[in-house]
Amino acid sequence: MAKKVLMCGNEALAEAAIIAGCRFYAGYPITPQNEIPAYMSKRMPEAGGVFIQSESELAAINMVFGSSLTGARAMTSSSSPGISLKQEGISYLAACELPAVIVNIMRGGPGLGNIAPSQSDYFQAVKGGGHGDYRQIVIAPASVQEMADLTMLSFDLADKYRMPVMILGDGILGQMMEPVEFKAETKPGIKKDWILDGCKGRKPRIIKSLILNESELEKFNLKLQKRYKEIKDKEQRCEVLYGDDSDIMLVAYGTPSRICRSVVEKLRKKGKKVGMIRPITLWPFPEDAFKKLAKKIKSFLVVEMSCGQMIEDVKLAIDCARPAHFYGRTGGEIPGEDDIIKEIENING
Amino acid sequence: MDKIFEKPESIREKETHYCPGCGHGIVHRVICEVVDDLGIREKLIGIAPVGCAVIAYDYWNFDVTEAAHGRVPAVATGIKRSLPDRIVFGYQGDGDLGAIGTAEIIHAANRGENITIIFVNNTVYGMTGGQMAPTTLLKQKTATTPAGREQKMHGFPLKVCELLSVLPGVVYAERVTAHSPQNILKAKKAIKKAFENQIKGLGFSIVEVLSPCPTYLGLSPQDAVKWVGEELTKEYPLKIFKDIT
Repeated sequence: MAKKVLMCGNEALAEAAIIAGCRFYAGYPITPQNEIPAYMSKRMPEAGGVFIQSESELAAINMVFGSSLTGARAMTSSSSPGISLKQEGISYLAACELPAVIVNIMRGGPGLGNIAPSQSDYFQAVKGGGHGDYRQIVIAPASVQEMADLTMLSFDLADKYRMPVMILGDGILGQMMEPVEFKAETKPGIKKDWILDGCKGRKPRIIKSLILNESELEKFNLKLQKRYKEIKDKEQRCEVLYGDDSDIMLVAYGTPSRICRSVVEKLRKKGKKVGMIRPITLWPFPEDAFKKLAKKIKSFLVVEMSCGQMIEDVKLAIDCARPAHFYGRTGGEIPGEDDIIKEIENING
Repeated sequence: MDKIFEKPESIREKETHYCPGCGHGIVHRVICEVVDDLGIREKLIGIAPVGCAVIAYDYWNFDVTEAAHGRVPAVATGIKRSLPDRIVFGYQGDGDLGAIGTAEIIHAANRGENITIIFVNNTVYGMTGGQMAPTTLLKQKTATTPAGREQKMHGFPLKVCELLSVLPGVVYAERVTAHSPQNILKAKKAIKKAFENQIKGLGFSIVEVLSPCPTYLGLSPQDAVKWVGEELTKEYPLKIFKDIT
């Protein structure tokens, strides 16, 4: 058994990336994710990998593009305004079927906003922030341990489906310290027979996204859609608390899910039938679990650190069969336990 | 009978999509001759830009990728750092390198990335319909400078080799042309040196090739070639700007 160490979320994520075999990192400074590049600048050379502090987010994501097409496990990280700049590159990664892990430690927006934790980039992450008909897998950790474990999973998913995976954290998850236990190093099991490394002993390969012919581009896009359907079928992940005997289910991911967990335990002690569903994959959204819950739960209360973004996917998932209420704080403010309890009381009447 | 001229192995059998008199085909071929001469085809990764040369991979018989507009040097950096023993080159036009990708080229050069950049300067955006490029001459008419480029409105022609040659990371910067057989031979020599520098691990090399675009210069292929040799070289002198190899 590996020993537990006390680390902040950003550093745990970075160490887990190294353990997962990530050997290329490029990034640009932005708060609140700066511990990731700082950690990588020290660890990458030790691990025989590459660390580059790039001139911009655009350069960083395109460096990741270059590294990924050689078969390396590659990662970049940033926070909200920087992630906006990376959208061009993410679209190209998706179009060229290149695996990569992109970390967004979200801060308050829009614009420069502030450096406080936020979840206001949900739409950008799950609806496709760049141009074109593409998707990225979006993973939402809720603890330092998950910052580590889900990072390792993200690299596996990126390689398996040959596409970008985004880890969507927030400033609190990045900064806070908790004990973490790292899994053993994994050997990437997938053979990459599509990389560019010089055409010795094989025919030359081309990795590109330009498809001028309309029917060919449609065919390619439908091929991607088929893969996305497979991911929707196989990769939905969530945690459900008291799914069998709750009247009201709280819905939250990341930091608000930790607050909602406390609320659930407090109210359960008072005999209230409150539960929680915590999406771990935001795309694919855990629709199947929501559909099941909608058959027995009276109502949902979605709690976000935004003005209401994930709630749209909740309504879609339950087909508006039950009321979905919303409580959110924005601008870096954090929902309080008492506020959530008050909301629940209001809903229950 | 001895064969004295043949298609390089690095060139594919493919009908050209370039306009009559365009310089890209010549530059493509010269690169392929150099690749064959140096025997690096099987360890080479090329990067095509956005612009007229975006489908360069239709002509090149080695591994090629295609970068987003202006991002060739960043993609090249990612490839070369991950595979330091392979040869990596980027092919860029004037809009790609001199406008949208200025940050990427300056910083790749300044880091002294051990890569080779072939920069084709024909003073216009060809693929999008002949708009003004950063390298368009003053008074030159384009789709977006109908009365000719005016400095007060559009600034000055950008001198890429001059700019980059002051950076310590750059070991070699030369400007050549593809407008006459004699100059094409000089261009080949420069491009060969730019690849040899990378093979020797010396650092960042760039060769700027002045190239005719008859279609958007509004000239016949012959007159476009003449214009490159007689007019363009006045603004963009042919010389080795830096060689510390």
